[in-house]
Amino acid sequence: MNILQTARVAIRALLRNKMRSFLTTLGIIIGVSAVIAMVAIGEGAKSQVEASFASMGSNLLIVLPGSTTAGGQHGGFGSMPTLTWEDLRAIRTEVPAVRYAAAQLASGAQMQSEDQNWSTRVFGTTTEFFQIRNWPTAMGSPMSESDVESGTKVVFLGQTVVDRLFGANSNPIGQLVRIRNIPFEVKGVLAKKGQSPMGQDYDDAAYIPLKTYQTKIQGGLQQFISGVILIGAVSESGTQLAEKQITALLRDRHRIGPGQDDDFSIRNLTELASAQEAGTKTLTTLLASIAAVSLLVGGIGIMNIMLVSVTERTREIGVRMAVGAKPRNILAQFLVEALTLAIAGGVIGIGLGLLAAQRLATQFHWPMLIRPDVIVVSVVFSALVGVVFGLYPARKASRLDPIDALRFE
Amino acid sequence: MAETSSLLALEDVTKVYHMGDVDVHALRGVSLAVEEGEFVAIMGASGSGKSTLMNIIGCLDRPTAGRYLLAGEEVSRLDRNALAEKRNRTLGFVFQNFNLLSRTSAIENVELPLLYAGMHTRDRHARAEAALARVGLADRVHHHPNQMSGGQQQRVAIARALVASPKVILADEPTGNLDSVTSVEVMAIFQELRDSGITVVLVTHEPDIARYAARVVVMKDGKVLSDVRQEPQRAVPAPGGAVEGGQP
Repeated sequence: MNILQTARVAIRALLRNKMRSFLTTLGIIIGVSAVIAMVAIGEGAKSQVEASFASMGSNLLIVLPGSTTAGGQHGGFGSMPTLTWEDLRAIRTEVPAVRYAAAQLASGAQMQSEDQNWSTRVFGTTTEFFQIRNWPTAMGSPMSESDVESGTKVVFLGQTVVDRLFGANSNPIGQLVRIRNIPFEVKGVLAKKGQSPMGQDYDDAAYIPLKTYQTKIQGGLQQFISGVILIGAVSESGTQLAEKQITALLRDRHRIGPGQDDDFSIRNLTELASAQEAGTKTLTTLLASIAAVSLLVGGIGIMNIMLVSVTERTREIGVRMAVGAKPRNILAQFLVEALTLAIAGGVIGIGLGLLAAQRLATQFHWPMLIRPDVIVVSVVFSALVGVVFGLYPARKASRLDPIDALRFE
Repeated sequence: MAETSSLLALEDVTKVYHMGDVDVHALRGVSLAVEEGEFVAIMGASGSGKSTLMNIIGCLDRPTAGRYLLAGEEVSRLDRNALAEKRNRTLGFVFQNFNLLSRTSAIENVELPLLYAGMHTRDRHARAEAALARVGLADRVHHHPNQMSGGQQQRVAIARALVASPKVILADEPTGNLDSVTSVEVMAIFQELRDSGITVVLVTHEPDIARYAARVVVMKDGKVLSDVRQEPQRAVPAPGGAVEGGQP
């Protein structure tokens, strides 16, 4: 008797009791679909975290000026300008792990179009900023070197600002806006970027050339940068190296002796991102393990029903043995029955799990991420559950004495 | 005494069951030889050991002591797999309560021995159909047991017993659950099988049924009490009986 014939016998036996077979597989169906859906949720959340960190900028470091210490009172970082334009130039030219470096000065400002006004943050910066932030222009043209060098009165608006000042779906290129009553020409609209990981709207901002900012918005100090320096490292793994090199450079330039505190601080956002990712990964693992437990419970359900089935079908087993079934034929039949239940449950569970994942993805607006390895593992695992939990009842069936089995009432 | 050329040869077979502390001697030294083509009825009161004897002849059980030769081969010490093979190839069983698989069509029930013999599907169908036709159920091939009368069910069981062309058909009280008319029909089939050369061994406690056998072995207290050959009565089914077409 070959495996195909065994499978046919087993499937026929299962079909004789359709309702029970279905209820038995339900445990596996729920288990597998839970695993698939949970992993999809985890992956979706992870990709969303990744996307929001990617939107901050690639391989981003932020260098903040130091704190003041007056009479034992420590001010916060950035309370005293300690970073100089020379520092910025040195970082740009002397640190090999740095690809881009840009100063970013910021202040809140009231902006007006012809008939609307909006209060937002205005940033003065240079062309590198948009490289670091990975931020393309949606309309008009991007900030150019000549804008930065000659300090033209042009502005690049975030989408939220455009919506507020000109209305949704409008094209403000070439129009005038007033920032603190100074007219600026809208030269570009930046692509929509969405929210930062902390929920801040990136698109609620206006960018003007650094020189223009310094002359028209905020004079500030000549030597010091009254803002922060954004750094784009050469690679994701290079952020740590860049951090170390910049720290060494600035400590040297600021003449900070060993043991003394830095008068600046560096935030490594890649590290923050990987910490967040590790967090979501832990969550995914947790969810998947809970789901896996339900798979195990499903397996116990199969064992339970198989045991009932063996008892109930003792006479059938006796008849089969009487007409020549060997113990291994009986073992194979019950094992294949358990396996079929488990695999059928697994396949149905995958279908339901994918469906659930898709609905959740639409619900939470994240990409539908299906990991093929999870699907394969689910099938293999449910098959394993079938074998493991089917083995005991099947052995019990195969060891029945034919005479006792035939006499069983 | 038993000759090794006999189809079935039991030599001083004993069987002891251990029921807790008590040993039950079901068979106390039975010697019996059945030749090919015989129709033997084993009779006896309950507890006489006739069922135990049947189980041993049927390779469902092994004797505690003594030898059992089936078609010249010693089978009393074979393991479970080898015994299963003997049951599959050499023996066919008919039971009092039919023992058909429920929710399974007649033909699938009949195919069962061939399935375990590893026969291909197409050959299996042909053989099973032929066997069903032989017991007069050609038009009931796809019926399920619950759609058939007791006589029809028993005939399906006989078809199952003979489908693999066994040397011996063992029937344990085959008419016990049937009325007298149907019983005669079933006995007619057994006689017909015997006529075609199949050895039939029948366990019964009804003298009416034993009349149809050519030899009657009476058991008592685990021993053979008597072993008599007789002129069997011919089983003649009532006109319009089940053999020709079955009851509605």
